[in-house]
Amino acid sequence: MMSKAILLVSRHAPTDGSSARELLDIALAGGAFDLPISLLLLDDGVLQLAPHDFSLLQQKNLSANLQALALFGVEQIYAAERSLCERGLNTLNSTLPVQRLDDAAVSQLYRQHDVVITL
Amino acid sequence: MKFAIAVFSSPDQPSNRRALRFAEALLAAGHTLERLFFYQAGVHSASAHVVSPQDELDLPKAWLQLIQQHQLDAVVCIAAALKRGQLNAEEAQRYARSGHSIDAPWELSGLGQLHEAAQSADRLICFAGP
Repeated sequence: MMSKAILLVSRHAPTDGSSARELLDIALAGGAFDLPISLLLLDDGVLQLAPHDFSLLQQKNLSANLQALALFGVEQIYAAERSLCERGLNTLNSTLPVQRLDDAAVSQLYRQHDVVITL
Repeated sequence: MKFAIAVFSSPDQPSNRRALRFAEALLAAGHTLERLFFYQAGVHSASAHVVSPQDELDLPKAWLQLIQQHQLDAVVCIAAALKRGQLNAEEAQRYARSGHSIDAPWELSGLGQLHEAAQSADRLICFAGP
């Protein structure tokens, strides 16, 4: 049987509690099981693409987890263009290979997946 | 229909209560509840150490009763639980902690159980936020 396609929607900044990290853990676990996982960075979630000085917060760097996604086979990573623009990140050069989606493409992405988990 | 429910909010949030009521409603309607999965602050639902004021709904107790009554598969994410101080006897011993707060029928396991439930159920319903 074909695996159900899972869309993980990350809506929190990396400095806003543990949601960003815990959503990535779901992504990595799914990747480890070879499940078809897509990750959408939406709203404050796009802040995960911006550079942060985690040492100031005495917090572990989240970017290592983001970089690990590809190693776990999670290669469909998207960011909402609107969310980027709203936060002044529209010209951001992310080291992560991210596809930017306009509103219509975000809607399309939701329709293409069987399961959606939002943190 | 086969359902799975994921709870991400703590038992002091209305969304946690909504998850419980949804679970009760789908069982009452004759559907199957394949698994309850508790993640993030939702892990506190499994704690036997939560003391609710007498005139308030005791959600951890209500979850336990529902799980026992319907013999539900109730899984708590082990990593999320450990860092929030919710341990079963086995983990308390492993990490040399003086007590534990989670007992059977609650089960501590990994995120693979969430993925398995998402794959096998017809619908995964998530409860998060306030």
